[in-house]
Order: sequence, then structure tokens, then C-alpha cells
Amino acid sequence: MDRHRQTFIEEATELLGDLEATLLELEESPADPELVGRAFRSLHTIKGSGAMVGFDEVAALTHEVENFFELARDGKAEIDKRVIALTLSTCDQIREMIQAEGDTEDQALHAVTSEIIDAFKRLVSESGGAVPAKINPDRTEAADGKSDKGALAETASYRISFKPKPHFFQIGANPLLILEELRGLGECAIVAQTGAIPTIDKLDPENCFTWWDIVLTTDQGPNAIRDVFIFVEDECDIAIKEIEDAADISDGANYKRLGEILIDRGLVTEEQLQKALGDHKRIGERLVESGAVDRDQVNSALAEQEHIQKLRRDRQMADRVSSVRVPAKKLDDMVDLVGELVTAQARLTQMVLREQNTELLEIAEEFERLTAELRDKTMSIRTLPIGTIFSGFKRLVRDLSEELRKQVKLSTKGAETELDKTVIERLNDPLVHLIRNAIDHGIESPETREAAGKPVEGTVHLEAIPSGAHVLIKISDDGAGLDLERIRARAVRQGLIASEAELSENDLYSLIFAPGFSTAENVTSVSGRGVGMDVVKKSIEALRGSIEVESARGAGTIIVLKLPLTLAIIEGLLVNIGANAFVLPLATVEECVELAASDAALTERRRMVNIRGEAVPYIRLREFFSIRGASPEIEQIVVARVDGHKVGFVVDEVIGDHQTVIKTLGKLFDDITDVSGATILGDGSVALILDVPKLLKNIEHEYRVQIGADSYGSKGATIH
Amino acid sequence: MQKMILTVDDSASVRQMVRFTLEEAGYGVIEAVDGKDAMVKLTGSSVNLVITDLNMPNMDGIELIKGVRQNSAHRFVPIIMLTTESQATKKQEGKQAGATGWIVKPFKPDQLKAVVKKVLG
Repeated sequence: MDRHRQTFIEEATELLGDLEATLLELEESPADPELVGRAFRSLHTIKGSGAMVGFDEVAALTHEVENFFELARDGKAEIDKRVIALTLSTCDQIREMIQAEGDTEDQALHAVTSEIIDAFKRLVSESGGAVPAKINPDRTEAADGKSDKGALAETASYRISFKPKPHFFQIGANPLLILEELRGLGECAIVAQTGAIPTIDKLDPENCFTWWDIVLTTDQGPNAIRDVFIFVEDECDIAIKEIEDAADISDGANYKRLGEILIDRGLVTEEQLQKALGDHKRIGERLVESGAVDRDQVNSALAEQEHIQKLRRDRQMADRVSSVRVPAKKLDDMVDLVGELVTAQARLTQMVLREQNTELLEIAEEFERLTAELRDKTMSIRTLPIGTIFSGFKRLVRDLSEELRKQVKLSTKGAETELDKTVIERLNDPLVHLIRNAIDHGIESPETREAAGKPVEGTVHLEAIPSGAHVLIKISDDGAGLDLERIRARAVRQGLIASEAELSENDLYSLIFAPGFSTAENVTSVSGRGVGMDVVKKSIEALRGSIEVESARGAGTIIVLKLPLTLAIIEGLLVNIGANAFVLPLATVEECVELAASDAALTERRRMVNIRGEAVPYIRLREFFSIRGASPEIEQIVVARVDGHKVGFVVDEVIGDHQTVIKTLGKLFDDITDVSGATILGDGSVALILDVPKLLKNIEHEYRVQIGADSYGSKGATIH
Repeated sequence: MQKMILTVDDSASVRQMVRFTLEEAGYGVIEAVDGKDAMVKLTGSSVNLVITDLNMPNMDGIELIKGVRQNSAHRFVPIIMLTTESQATKKQEGKQAGATGWIVKPFKPDQLKAVVKKVLG
């Protein structure tokens, strides 16, 4: 958050300058609406940004001043010399508050703030303006993403009908996301109603004709359901009705008959039902034939029947079975099989596309959907909450702090974050190392801490944060931070760097991962032997993860591990260079842009491409891998983000999404670091999976070696 | 592939906070300083979501929303507007112009993430 505060401080200082200038002009011409508007805008931005980065008191103060200026803007209050003087002193006050960095201890500062706030409150009430309520009772809370969790309702089932108006898409809304969100609330049965879709010649594809019947069982209460629709209230008709006796299992799992549900929903009358019952066909068929209801409506009622019956069955089962213990080996075998299945399915799909047999295609698509579902389910069986290892560290911290005579407490966050079982298992040792390091090197002795004005008890904080296809694990401490000078001196002594080498802060930090490196003066039983960080780095990289260090002298160190959610299957982007196929992990890919031969010629020496005003360097993979043949007229640049920087990789052709089942390459290829594995494509051929960060490092290295040679790239490296 | 979000705000702190929060959540972020800048940056790019302030110099948020909704390439892109509690009428105006949703300022990172997930998935 510190970076945000810094930005805010710079911005606020600038805005305060503007505000002062505006105020002085206002003194000359107090009625100028333009000037009042400008002052209001400055105040408004200071308030908004201040509240977001944690300067709550600045925000509260500015809020009062803004209230008055809003009245003035609307012509309901006058700005006189008194107001201008008061506002100018507010500017000074805000400056001081910002200088104090939100330090809430300063009582004198507090007193001035509340004085000014009171003065402006008086001004507002003098002008007869009602003080605007701080938060509108308008249901903004829900739009903020906070649903009222305080009042958890009992589990109940609801019948929801969600009818988007035809212009639903025009505001950029997506009905599928809404259905997805409902699904997130609980057990859900969704039936699409397609009766209103016109024939294709009359169909306007920009309008929405489908509507949905949903039966939802949730413990979040009806307000949570309504909140799902908060942005689209005006764009659709929604009816939410509780199904009264859904959870009643006194009659066993049997729920109402179809006819009863249809009457409940007001779709058929008792009379129509009785008439239909006279026949001997199935009731649904008969009602559809007689035109009383359409097929979708019957399906929807049947879905409700099934949903409630399942709910009741589950209730009956709940007491009997809660979980099954399965040997881990069986799960691993299952994942392997699913991997094979995904590969086989990809081959089938490719084959079917060639055959152009629509019936077969339909089966293949169904197969694809089921495979994807099976894959996700299997993967989710293998995930565990990371809290399972977090809890073990409490003891570690307690024992270590006793041994080292330091006072340390461990706090954790995000223990519920789920990760692949294998990843979690292999994460334990590196985390133990990092926590040991934090306590041994990071946290100072109680005396030193006290002298530095820090709380005597140090804190080590462990946090898991889900981030797309990755999980970030942060290990932070509020200790002494890394000593750059000591790291440098040590590295020079150990011959890791030359004594005159110019290194950036990040490069210096990364030295702590070099084999044999340690800055601890004394070897303790805990750390200082210089085995550790390099091992940690290796094991994280073996999990296809990465590790980063941030540190501030005196304030502590943060180590961030970035780990993939799963090891076996990744989403990849399949590309072609000549006859070779490669896969780039989709998580690192940002976008694909074209590189026309004419543009390429212009930028050939610099190898930069302009994407929306941003210069992005690119690398020709064809050259780097020494693939023979000429590039096509129009090549593609796959833009990836590595360590916060964008880099383009030039390929011949982008094929598209590919479910990539990772196969390791075997010992023989151990020293090829550009490639993290291989995968089998639909046609049986093999594609190499590129390890983008390592590839980039290798290219950089290659470039440094070749610098001085006439043209980089033309004699590029070759895969062995 | 990574979803791209365009954040439009004249305040650098807000843009930075939006960028930091959303990049951490796995999205890609492009910044624009006002509506005009946003229209330029939208041209020819594949943006999946626009988050815009309403009060901006040069071209304000309402005009930007209207502009995006008239642009055939981005007509259906979800747009989130940043409003304040005192701007009930502005919010209505924004909805009329075609905004998909809104967030009330000041907001915390988690609220931003929740709303983005709601309209972008």
C-alpha cells in the first residue's frame, strides 16, 4: 500500500496547490461558477483518493469542505472572505496531516481538524443546506460487493424467473454471468426458455429472446439473490418466490407431482389438469399437446421436481456419509488417466472436424464438454486448503523464537486458498526455510526493536492470495530488512560478483538465491550456513513457480512465491513456427498482435513494436531456435508479461487455445531450460511447452554474450 | 487469455490503485487519463471491460459511455462507472447512457474485485 500512499501524497500536494490558486482567484471574483466548480473538483479528488489509500481523516475533513462547496456550486451558499480563509487553513492542515503520514497519535493535529470540521458544519447549516447523508440508503452497499453476511438466512429453495428485456445486451450485460453468479450461491437447476425466439429470418442477433427458470437452494437469503441482479434490475423482469416445503423430508424424498408444480406456477388450471389426466399418456406430453403449456415450461417444472428431490435425498444422505478416505495413489492414477483422456479427446475432435460429419461432431462436442468437466472435478478432488500446512508453522515459530530469544508471533491469512495436493506437499520445506530465515535474519532482538521504536514482539505474516491461474504466497516480516551493502560485500568476497560491478537493487536481492550465499555473521543452528535460499529457489522452480524479494531497510522483508494451481494440465496457447508447434502457458500471455513484413523491416534493428503507445520489445523465436525456412508475410507477435514487463514473441501462426497435458521430457533434456515439457497434440505430434521466464533469461544471456557481434539473432542459439 | 481492462480516471492514485488491484487478480490493465484518451486507446484494441470515472476534464465519463456504445467494435463491452454518494442523478444519467454497473467511491480493493468479477466473470 505504501506505493499508493506515495502517489497520493504527490497528487494531493499538486491538487492543494491548484486549490490554493483557485481560492485566491475566488477572492477576486467570488461568484465565478467556473472557479467554484474547479475548487469543488480538487476537493472531490483529494477526498476520494485519500479514503482509498487509508487517509481517512483527510477524507473526513475534505468531505465537510466539499459539502459546503457543493452548496456554493449550486448557488445555495456564498463564498466570502471568511470561507476562503478557512479553506486556505484547511489546505495547510491537510498538508500537515499528509506529512504526518496518517499518524493518528498527534492530538494537536486532531484538535485542529475537528475545529475546521465544526466550522464547516456550521457554515453548511447557516446556509440552510441539509447536510447530505454520508452514505445513501440506496442499495449501494450491495454494489460494493458487500452482501449482508450478518443476517445469514436458513437454507431455503427459491423459484426464480429471470426474463431479460430484448435490449439486455445493449448495456454490456451478460446473462450467463448472472446465471453463473446464482450458481455460486448454492445448488441450482437452470432451464432455458426458448419459446420466444423468433425464426431465423426475423431474429435480431443483438437482442435477447431467451429467458430462464431457475430453482435455487441457498442459505444466503433472498437479498443475496436480489443483489445478483442489482445492475440489471431495469433491464429485466425478475420474480423470486420461495418454495415453502422444499426441505421437508417427512414424506421421504418425493416431491410434488408435475401437474401440481405447474398449477403452483400458475401455468395450468386444475380443470386443464384433470382433463389431461383423463388420457393415458404421460402428463407432460398431454399438456404440451393440448397447448396449455410449452415444452420448455414442462422441462422447467421437471427440473424443479428433480432439484427438490435431489435436495431431499441429499438431506437424508447427509447423516450417513460425509466423506470418503481414498489413498492418494488412486487419485494420482486418476489424474494420469484424465490427462490421457484429454489428449484422446483432442485427437477425436480434430479427426471429426476433418470428417465434416455433423452427427459425429455433436457427439464429439458433448464428449469435449464432459471431458472438461471431468478434468475440473478431478483436479478439484486433488486440491487442499493451504491452511493444512499453515497450522503446522505456529509451533515452528514458537520453538524458534524461544531458541533465538526473540519474541515473534505468526499471523496467517487466506488459509482457505486451495492448491494442488502435490504443490502443497512440496511447498512445506521451502516455507519452513523462509520462515526460519525471517525469524533468524529478519526479526531483531527485543532490545534492538525497542531501541528502534518498534513493538517488542516481531510479526511474521503468511498469506495466500489466489491470482488467476496462480496462487501467490507472501511471507513478510517486520524485521530489519535486507542489508544491501552487506549482501554486496559478501557477494564480492565469495567471488559471485566483481567488486566494481554496478547492480540494481533487484539484482542484489537476487544474489541471496545464489548457491552458498549467506550474510549471517555467525552460523547458528537455525541458519547461516548458506544452504537454504538456493535450495528454496530450486524447489519453487521445480513446481513451475517463481520467487521474488522486496525489502525496505528497517521495515522488513517480503518474499512472494508465485505458484501454479495445478501441475498436470495447463491452459496453453498453441503456435506454429514452420512445421514446429509450441505451447505458451496462457496465463502469461496478454494478447496477440500482427507483425506485417513491412513494419518489421522498419523496426528490424530495434526490434520494438508500438502497442497502444507502449514500446514492446520482441524476439524472433524462429531465429532463436534456428528453425529453417522463411517467415510468412504476416507474422504474429504473442505478447507475454514477465516480471511486470511486456515482451513479444514472434511466431508464424497462432492456432489457439490448447488444453495442455504436461509430459516431462526426461533426464536427457535436463539442461534445456527454455522448455518446461512437452504435450501431445490432436494429430499425435508433439509440441514443446515454452518456459517463458527462463526462455527470456536465456535470450538475455545469449544477447549479452553476442553483444559486439554485428547482428544479434542471425546466429542464434539452437535447441540441442 | 488474460482479460484486458481499461481504467479511465484523471486521478493518478485511483488509476494506480485500480491497476495494482486488478493486476494482482490476474487481469491486464491499460490506463487512460480522460474520455478522449480512452477513446484513442480503445481503437483497434481488444478491451474486455472499461472502468471510468464520471467527473473528468476534456471528455467526461457520460460522454465516454455514449461514445463506446456507438462504436461498433465495443458496443457490448461492459462499462463500470465510478460514482460518489452525492451523485444519484449522475448515476441515473450513466445508466441511461449504457453503463453496465457502478462502484461507489471511495471503494476498497476487494469491492472493486467483486464488481469486476460480477460483470466480467
